[in-house]
Amino acid sequence: MSAGVGVDLENLWIRFGDFVAVRDANVNINGGDFFSFLGPSGCGKTTILRAVSGFLDPSEGRVLIGGNDMQGIGPNKRPTALIFQNLALFPLMKVWENITFSMEINGANAKERRKRADELLDMIALPGQGDKLPSELSGGQRQRVAIARALCAEPDVLLLDEPLSALDLKLRQHMRTELREIQQRVGITFIYITHDQGEALTMSDNIAVMRAGVIDQIADGKTIYNDPNTAFAASFVGENNVFRGKIKQVMGSEALIETNRSGDLVARISTANQGKMKVGDDAMMFIRPEALAIAPDGATGDHFVTARVNHEEFEGNVFNIFTEGEGGKEIKVSIPNHGQSFQDHTGQNITLEYETQNAVLVPAGELAAE
Amino acid sequence: MNNSFLRVSIWVYLAIFFLYLLGPLVIMSVTAFNSSAFPRMTPWECLTFQWFGELFQDQRILNGIKNSLIIGAGTVVLSVAMGLAGALMLTQIWPKLRATYYTVIIAPILIPGVVLGISTLVFWDRINRMLGLGADSFLSNGIFLTVIGQSTFIASYCMLVLVARLQRYDIALTEAALDLGASHAQAFRKILLPFMRPAIASAAVLAFLASFENYNTTTFTFGEYPTLTIELAQKVRYGITPSISALAFIIVALTVFFALLNEAKLKRQELVAAARKNATVEELAGKIKLPSFFSGNMAAVLVVVFAVATITVIGTATAYNPAQCIADVREQKQLEAQQRIDELRKQREEQRRLREEERKQRFEGVFEPGDLQPGTTEEEAEPDTGTNNSGFGNVFAPNTLGGDAEEGEPEPETPPAGNGGFGGAFDPNSLQSDD
Repeated sequence: MSAGVGVDLENLWIRFGDFVAVRDANVNINGGDFFSFLGPSGCGKTTILRAVSGFLDPSEGRVLIGGNDMQGIGPNKRPTALIFQNLALFPLMKVWENITFSMEINGANAKERRKRADELLDMIALPGQGDKLPSELSGGQRQRVAIARALCAEPDVLLLDEPLSALDLKLRQHMRTELREIQQRVGITFIYITHDQGEALTMSDNIAVMRAGVIDQIADGKTIYNDPNTAFAASFVGENNVFRGKIKQVMGSEALIETNRSGDLVARISTANQGKMKVGDDAMMFIRPEALAIAPDGATGDHFVTARVNHEEFEGNVFNIFTEGEGGKEIKVSIPNHGQSFQDHTGQNITLEYETQNAVLVPAGELAAE
Repeated sequence: MNNSFLRVSIWVYLAIFFLYLLGPLVIMSVTAFNSSAFPRMTPWECLTFQWFGELFQDQRILNGIKNSLIIGAGTVVLSVAMGLAGALMLTQIWPKLRATYYTVIIAPILIPGVVLGISTLVFWDRINRMLGLGADSFLSNGIFLTVIGQSTFIASYCMLVLVARLQRYDIALTEAALDLGASHAQAFRKILLPFMRPAIASAAVLAFLASFENYNTTTFTFGEYPTLTIELAQKVRYGITPSISALAFIIVALTVFFALLNEAKLKRQELVAAARKNATVEELAGKIKLPSFFSGNMAAVLVVVFAVATITVIGTATAYNPAQCIADVREQKQLEAQQRIDELRKQREEQRRLREEERKQRFEGVFEPGDLQPGTTEEEAEPDTGTNNSGFGNVFAPNTLGGDAEEGEPEPETPPAGNGGFGGAFDPNSLQSDD
């Protein structure tokens, strides 16, 4: 794979009046990476994208593309191409004219443009559709035309602002794979903005989790899922059961916490927080629904939780059990379906167990809104 | 039953509404073809095209049309440019200032045209003097002043039209163009301007029509270049002729024609879009087979019918000679006039005879025959209202009025003394009697 052009954000601050949209962001994006900014709406991820593409000037700090400071360089002079959330295809131009707009700017003649458009149309699997108008295409086709238009400008960095959010579920899943394929084929850096953790996890080499202008964690998908830095990252990415409490005892990379309602439980301190958490600190323990299992009755210890089953549902790949622990604490358990017999527990008291490495401990903090 | 009553009343309402809207235009158009020297529909005299001929020989009207076209073109260019600038500014300005800015830029529409005309004149005259230019400088030129004066408020109309379109513009399109390497000028020219084109066309038509029909402002600024409306207004002051109807008819016909043409074009675009939608990829790449021009396009058919009708009418007009008809009508008119004169004469003779008899009777009964001499006694003049010798004579008697109306017509009989239009007012005797 080609090395590609990397993007670096150094101490980037962006303010609108008194409002701080981005707070001291430091990100190194390697050339050729598929990099995602993941966060809820209003967290500043689009602002970062606009700063990279040149529509916004940072209040402080620098944006570097390929090691060059982009200060004072307009969007039309940067080696970036942006795919807008609403795609912004030019409604009065035919598809081929749309795709080769950047060539028209550079003074290419119609014949060259047509040839290049046909190549790109083949690449995005829309052969021969060049003479249509954007309004005559379906949502997914328009999506691909927008990508082709951006690629035609031969950017070093492709920026995508939630381009799949307007599509329906099936198409979205299909386009995920397609985007990833295109990225691997052209080998340029993709910076992808999304609030959908599924999109971020499936496509990205690396993900930055953002919350209210602050980047909580930058890591690959697996790390973010299994080893979150903060309570926000743990609760935003995927489903998680949270147990609040105070640290009672620290044992190397593990700790015993006194939870508010479920007794003393043992957990693994997340990698980034090891050595930083002390006895008496407020902490949060996160256990994924699929990391819980039903233990034999009567088992007790620091990795068992007792709960009463409220209701159950069958989701296809998993059985979901919604339980209520001590003091009304809600705990969700997902048991993978591999054809085993499954008895109804509704109304019963059960004991749940987990493995210590699947319970992640982070300092107490803000959770993602449901 | 109730329902049908409702339906009928809707139709009646529509009929009245359209009669009110279009009635004057129809009547005026018809008068353009009547040979009567005063524009009227009844009595119908002869079908004639002479008023069109007269119209096109009227140098002042032709000159007015020429000036109107020049000023209209100037106003379109200036107003659309200023309107577009104003509209763009409205989208760019700080939101806090937007309402104020909008009010300021809309204000010229609310200011009376007369005020705009006077102020334009005063303002540019001031500048002209400050620059020390003479009375024949460019700044005091009628065309320049009229274009400037009209544009002050027509630009606001244009802005309203353009803003409506601009509000539907997605600023992301400009950003996309910039992002793809276009400069701001290129993004404006290649993306925004094509998007605005329909609105610019509407604004241009609106500006031209507003300029063409403007009177209030122009009346102060036209200088040596009177526009058509100014010429018409001046003409109407000296009496209205059917050649003005002819001009009105031409304007109505042109309006209808262009409205139909526009409709046909829109319908055409719709049909093409529909055809494209159903076309396969191959058809789109190659030559797309479009439906023929007239199929499903009523307006296009009407345009052609209209054009054919116009050509036919013009053809007929050149071949048609209403001289015979006009001569007939004139002859008939003369006959009628002669008849009326004869009738009146008869009537008058009858009346005189009656009066004479009456007088005779009265004089016989009341006075001595010697009293017949007018002005001999003082008491006689006042009570004797029946005679012709009072101060006003019998000016207001019905038959004398009839006599006045026939002034200028050959009057073979000489009126009897004291019985003329002024009665005996200037009779030296009656003057004496007043003493």
